[in-house]
Amino acid sequence: MDKDNFIINLTDVSFAYPDGAPVLDKLNLQLRRGECLGLVGPNGSGKTTLLHIIVGLLKPSSGNIEIFGKTARREEDFQGVRQRVGLLFQDADDQLFHPTVLEDVAFGPLNLGKSRDEARAIAGETLEVLGLAGFEDRVTYKLSGGEKRLVSLATVLAMGPEVLLLDEPVAGLDEATEKRIIDILKDLDLSHILVSHNIDLLAETTHYIGYMIDGKISVDEERVPHTHVHVHEHGRHTHKHGPHRLDKKS
Amino acid sequence: MMVEGFADGDSLIHRLDPRVKIIVAALFSTIVAVSDRFRVLLPALVIGLILVMLSTVPVKKLFMRLVPVNGFIIFLWLFLPFTFDGEPLFAVGPLVATNEGVYHATRITLKSNAIVVVLIALVASTPVFALGHALHELRIPNKIVHLFFFTYRYIHVMYREYLRLVNAMKIRNFRPATNIHTYRTFAYLVGMLLVKSHERAKRVYNAMLCRGFRGRFYSLSRFSLKPIDVISFILMLTVILGLAVLEWTRITL
Repeated sequence: MDKDNFIINLTDVSFAYPDGAPVLDKLNLQLRRGECLGLVGPNGSGKTTLLHIIVGLLKPSSGNIEIFGKTARREEDFQGVRQRVGLLFQDADDQLFHPTVLEDVAFGPLNLGKSRDEARAIAGETLEVLGLAGFEDRVTYKLSGGEKRLVSLATVLAMGPEVLLLDEPVAGLDEATEKRIIDILKDLDLSHILVSHNIDLLAETTHYIGYMIDGKISVDEERVPHTHVHVHEHGRHTHKHGPHRLDKKS
Repeated sequence: MMVEGFADGDSLIHRLDPRVKIIVAALFSTIVAVSDRFRVLLPALVIGLILVMLSTVPVKKLFMRLVPVNGFIIFLWLFLPFTFDGEPLFAVGPLVATNEGVYHATRITLKSNAIVVVLIALVASTPVFALGHALHELRIPNKIVHLFFFTYRYIHVMYREYLRLVNAMKIRNFRPATNIHTYRTFAYLVGMLLVKSHERAKRVYNAMLCRGFRGRFYSLSRFSLKPIDVISFILMLTVILGLAVLEWTRITL
């Protein structure tokens, strides 16, 4: 296997929060350019921790992190990483902290050294691409949940990332917004790692799915097509079902 | 949550450059706060009322904002007249009200209302982010400006978190009373809010790091002074100067 093809390459990464049991235990993760990986796993299995380790918000207790073929260890290494690896947070309120949408989306480009006008233009284009034209002067805290999520995605995309890390991007959203995000992800055609409990979303937007358990990822590359036939009340309305356990094949 | 209740209007005052409004409001408040003569304080209140009228703030809303201020002042009226030495004015039982005490209470009433009215006219008529950027343009230290922005941004989030906690208490039938259980519950509520805001702050900072934050903020907006801004500024400065002259000279009208 060509090692240079890995854009994210974690080897034997371990991590434990100061007060508790290990969250990640000699975890290995490889992502090639163009690949989309879905991550499922029980709450507290370390999915978010893993994403935060990739962008250096948390430092592993041991193991090696290689991003775009370069080992990243210190804060300065990760500053470069964060420009190319965009992380979408679970809670949009954590991500949007400017008073207006335009300023928030322009924050990243300005940090990357773009001029005011360039940043403004990038922000405008990004919003346009996401179908958020006209949102520039909206006040961030007054947006609806779905709009917040889309604007957060815009703030990440405005940095021009090559890989996206998405932490529960559709949790708590209605079906229309969920579909909008799925369509956006498909159109973007960026490599990404997507954490979700929503198996339909993962099936649509990822190539293979990893299951996180005991601090490791077990990848299930083979996709087993199967249909669920089920009957229940209210069945004539389109609906979602709760998370499916991958280890329990139906 | 009522914030920015007056910022949406469209009047001469709303359209003024926020930098002009901030400077005028600051100078006016300072001069009025240190003035003692009625011939300064009365005109100041009148000027404030004129500004408020120009800013087309609904009278009812204005009144609602003045209620809390004057709530404090009522207490001053209860105590000040009786605690100042001077010419006796009237007596309530053993308590003697003095002329000086009444004057003093009147001064405070005029001052605080004049200042609050001007702040409502000038500052509350400006959207918060315009205020923040104007402070930045006025060379107020970055840290203060951003503290201001973040406070404004997260006050809503904290308020929603507070409401969630209060609702969680309500659905389990919590009724405040005067007992240890109530005090402890409120202490937990405040404690939880503190812990939650600390956690939130960490997550926000992380999100900022992810977007390349290295300790510097950049601002997108630029202000430009229009002729009307310059004219209003000069006019207001003249008026404030006039007030100062009335206070600190011996000219008698």
